Amino acid sequence: MDFLSIILDILLSAAFWTAVLRIATPYVLGTLGELVCERAGVLNLGIEGIMTLGAMAGWMAVYQGADLWTGVLAAACCGALLGLLHAALTVPLGLSQHVTGIGVTLLGTSLSYFVYRLVLPQASTPPTIEPFQPLALPGALAQTPLTYLAFLLVAVVAYVLYRTPVGLAVRMVGENPAAAEAQGLNVTAIRIGAVVAGSALMALAGAFLTLSAFNAFFFNMVNGRGWICIALVVFASWRPGKALLGALLFAVFDALQLRLQQASGGVLPYQLFLMMPYLLSILALVLVARRASYPRALMIPYRKGER
Amino acid sequence: MRLEPRTDTPLALRLLAPVGAVVAALALCALLVAWTGAPVLRAYGLLFEGAVGSRFALTETLTRATPLILTGLAAAVAFRARLWNIGAEGQLYMGALAAVVVGGGMLDLPAWALIPVVMIAGMAAGGVTLLGPAVLKVRFGVDEVVTTLLLNFVVLLLVSMLLEGALKDPMGMGWPQSAPVIEAAELPKLVARTRLHAGLAIALGLSVLLWLVDTRTIWGYENRAVGANPRAAAFAGMPVTRVMLRTALLSGGLAGLAGAAEVCGLKGYLTLDLSPGFGYSGIVVAMLAQLHPIGVVGAALFIAGIFVGADAMSRAMPVPNYIADVLVATSLLCMLVAGLLARYRLRRG
Repeated sequence: MDFLSIILDILLSAAFWTAVLRIATPYVLGTLGELVCERAGVLNLGIEGIMTLGAMAGWMAVYQGADLWTGVLAAACCGALLGLLHAALTVPLGLSQHVTGIGVTLLGTSLSYFVYRLVLPQASTPPTIEPFQPLALPGALAQTPLTYLAFLLVAVVAYVLYRTPVGLAVRMVGENPAAAEAQGLNVTAIRIGAVVAGSALMALAGAFLTLSAFNAFFFNMVNGRGWICIALVVFASWRPGKALLGALLFAVFDALQLRLQQASGGVLPYQLFLMMPYLLSILALVLVARRASYPRALMIPYRKGER
Repeated sequence: MRLEPRTDTPLALRLLAPVGAVVAALALCALLVAWTGAPVLRAYGLLFEGAVGSRFALTETLTRATPLILTGLAAAVAFRARLWNIGAEGQLYMGALAAVVVGGGMLDLPAWALIPVVMIAGMAAGGVTLLGPAVLKVRFGVDEVVTTLLLNFVVLLLVSMLLEGALKDPMGMGWPQSAPVIEAAELPKLVARTRLHAGLAIALGLSVLLWLVDTRTIWGYENRAVGANPRAAAFAGMPVTRVMLRTALLSGGLAGLAGAAEVCGLKGYLTLDLSPGFGYSGIVVAMLAQLHPIGVVGAALFIAGIFVGADAMSRAMPVPNYIADVLVATSLLCMLVAGLLARYRLRRG
């Protein structure tokens, strides 16, 4: 069989597209979350740590006896708290969003590992929970509820951003905070709110990993997914619909490389395939960088009366 | 309440800021230690003892500080020019890769000639790794934060591939590790029968050298000017693009040197766990030092002490050694606030 027919075979199988939707889910949620923050003018490099904390908190809640949806809620709340920390440092205090974000990532990741080790000091094989089961909606591929939720949230975020006064306010403080202030909007409050909400979404992406995709928490389980979401936001030019498209496209390549890796039968080192998502993200950044329409106030702190 | 810029920051306040930040971080993390049920003061006492309490503890802390000084300098020089290099981890591994290739017997030179060659090879490899994202930044406007971060993963996979393939040690019992560097490439020990090696002397020398370059030369002046205001620097006729690329080579080179020094001074060969996140801790080191090359030494010693001490403490108490990472992250966030309070005054109204 030649190369093209192998690819065609893969693309025509239902199992492939089921996998694509599953792989895309954390990217959809993470990218949406980052997009909401950046639309309000705040870059959130805490995403990797927030996703890790979401994965750990969601899993830990269920492991301690809560039901799955309570676990999801716990993850979202923990994400929102880290988001509040990032917002408190970057919005009213105006600290460097780059460095603060890295700090939040370090804190979220190390705190997750610390708590996990504290509760399970000697677990060599991670204990498992009963995760969300796939359910088949009529005419759709069987997915777990969090995947349906992620796709629904794309529509919700798009509607809120473009069709409601709240969305207009968020976009305005990301484009021109001085004008927003002149309209009587509270720039600080709107930015903090957006970062908190966006961070809760990021934590859901992490919770999907432990409560849907896998049934346990592993160290390094987020493994750069957060950084890829940041690249996807640029690729999507800060639009929810395009973010969904980018995440799906990305998941197609990821699922494809997994299958090609199996098809190549170890002729090529598996690491070459694993590099693809990261190299693809860099390529996507280069391709769209020229015509990227950043929110104009992105990364610029706003202080009342200071120009 | 609002923030008002200070016209000048007294030296005492600049020195007090990191101390205050560290104290605040220790106080916050005391809550976590208390949650584990361990007595807080005794835990911190053990941590301190484990970091500096004996000859062994002290040399271990200095050994651990060596790569942190270098990655801290790497972050400091880049951040000064507002080049957000978050990829020191990958650059470190590229430097280590170059060290095992060049120092692995390819060149048959005496130690006095081979060691400099290996170190320069490590620097070159790290520098070139950062040059890519820097060129993408100045040519296409691609944000370097994401590209340098993503490259960390690519480099680690590349290293993993080589360690299972071309560079795999035939005598390594099947482990993914490289063959050791030859004896002439090994850095001499500073203290007999400890792990402390000449890498520390190199790191200290470079801190002083960078401080002198920063304060006494046109190069340093240009770097600072570009970092403070690239448009004004360009208007004043400074070669902004060239300064950026120069900074990238230097920053990546310092991180690469950290990798080469770890290989030749400590481990002897390359494995995938050569660095427990030295590249990321370097960012914290640089921030605690307020991007000052001499301050980097003090900050690196502090962070190294936390890690070495926490390991000792967690062996004696039921406190997971991840407390070290939490302390480091908390110190970074506290330092950001402390730095702000040193630059601004809180005013009512």
